Amino acid sequence: MTGPRRSNLLRYGWWLLALCLAGPARAELTIEITGGGADAIPIAVVPFTDRTAAPEQPGSIISADLHRSGRFRPLATGAQPQRPQSAAEVNYAVWRAAGIDNLVIGEVARSGTGYALRFQLFDVVSGERIAGETVNASAKDLRFAAHHIADIIYERLTGERGAFATRIAYVSATRTADGKDKVALNVADSDGFNASSVVRSTHPVLSPSWSPSADRLAYVSFEGGKPAIYVQKLATGQRDKVAGFPGINSAPAWSPDGSRLAMALSKDGNPDIYVMNMATRQVRAVTNSRGADTEPAWSPDGRYIVFTSDRGGQPQIYRVSSGGGSAERLTFEGSYNTRASYAPDGRSLSLVTRVGGQYRIGVLDLETRGLRVLSDGNLDESPSFAPNGAMIIYAATAGGRGTLSALAVDGDIQQRLTSQGGDVREPVWSPFLNYRSQ
Amino acid sequence: MNRSVMFSLLLSGALVVAGCSSKGGSKDGEDGTGTGAGTGAETSGFGGSGLSAEQLRETKVIYFDLDRTDIQPRYFDVLRAHADQLSKDPDLSITLEGHCDERGSREYNIALGERRANAVRNFLQAEGVSGRQISTVSFGEERPADPGHYESAWALNRRGVILY
Repeated sequence: MTGPRRSNLLRYGWWLLALCLAGPARAELTIEITGGGADAIPIAVVPFTDRTAAPEQPGSIISADLHRSGRFRPLATGAQPQRPQSAAEVNYAVWRAAGIDNLVIGEVARSGTGYALRFQLFDVVSGERIAGETVNASAKDLRFAAHHIADIIYERLTGERGAFATRIAYVSATRTADGKDKVALNVADSDGFNASSVVRSTHPVLSPSWSPSADRLAYVSFEGGKPAIYVQKLATGQRDKVAGFPGINSAPAWSPDGSRLAMALSKDGNPDIYVMNMATRQVRAVTNSRGADTEPAWSPDGRYIVFTSDRGGQPQIYRVSSGGGSAERLTFEGSYNTRASYAPDGRSLSLVTRVGGQYRIGVLDLETRGLRVLSDGNLDESPSFAPNGAMIIYAATAGGRGTLSALAVDGDIQQRLTSQGGDVREPVWSPFLNYRSQ
Repeated sequence: MNRSVMFSLLLSGALVVAGCSSKGGSKDGEDGTGTGAGTGAETSGFGGSGLSAEQLRETKVIYFDLDRTDIQPRYFDVLRAHADQLSKDPDLSITLEGHCDERGSREYNIALGERRANAVRNFLQAEGVSGRQISTVSFGEERPADPGHYESAWALNRRGVILY
């Protein structure tokens, strides 16, 4: 870790210790990256010039983002041959000699009560500036503005949309000395920073689901003694219980247009997939089988719902038209395939597959129906695609604790996000957040 | 009740069932006369087991095999003892909890846990208990009895719990 981030974590560390004595700990996540793409673009992000003493160094944030995508290999600041502060100062020859393909420089300036972050991107090989922009940020959105810049750079150099200026929702749990569980549903930036709790409970909370506009979370809570589905507005904390029928109310999944919520309800016998119209709160059954149907997920065009069903004896993935009808089985390899979710391009599913007794994350190609196992844990679960489809975040158990892991779908980079205390699980990646400078 | 008491009850239950299947041999140390003298176990006990109905009802947790939701025969007498008490007293009511071990996806485990609770409910109803006396809830893998990440912990988490 570079200097500024380490001191931030140390600061937070002592503060968290004090908080632990006072009440539930904030679930700050630390991130660890392993592996690295063989085809990663060598890039250098020079620390941004900053005369404002801003609390964050955008260069470090951008560098870390590009690194954790697996598509870039940023040059450590200690190895950078110069610190150009303007296009005129860039000495392309020394960067070429250092094996660098692209260079980023920038500066932080004050803008009203916030900041203006200006960056420039250079092609070292051809010796020219290829992008540059000024991004405004309020004081509290400084990190997010840096993530947005990383997205611009990522897209300019890979042709793919970046997903750094995004968030994750996840569940954290600690067990206190007297054996009680403290559970929280949290939202953090997708690099693990700026975590805050949106729900705190001594009862189980699970299955968070982002609305497409990212302004609400649906989730399951056992606070009423049995599982019920709640929808909570993130800006205000205001929430509604939307499903409290007899039996199971679980696995909420927003439709792509935000007008409906798919869910698993067992009010009519065994669990089936229902779709709730959020305006009228009416539910309609989409499946009705002798087995347990659960874990619905929508296709990006809203036409289909994939779900887990053990109607054939063991749990497998099926697909049904979102209006109902007969379901088609999709998985035929292995005896346990569950928890499917669509990639943003609609062409594959991530899922949990059991291989030789180990529970791993797999990707099913919907065209070839081939299943590729991507993770290597033994208790992996809850896969969720980043909104650009390039990475999957999931829950893993490491060192006896629940952690979050993220891996590149087409690469060999892996990130692990661990909580300072307790377990973290049930991650779900937000949609694109369409950062707008204030 | 603590785990070791539960285990010894289960063990004696298992031994008794084995005894039942060999027709008349009682494996609790007696020599097979079947009159129940000496050890304090009543061989006229519930369902042919060596335990009294009250002793059987002390067992309120039954365990399931991996991925399975069917009731193991070794619990039949325990459940019959509960059913007997419930059907004799319609004012009594219970909650049945269904639980899973941590493996696999959480939501599917909630469905599996419900199936386990329902299996116990169906057994009790078949033994004459009214559905009105029973409510069920599944916790899936969310409330493990043992938070360990290994087989012996998982075996303790795949359970149905009877709560009066």
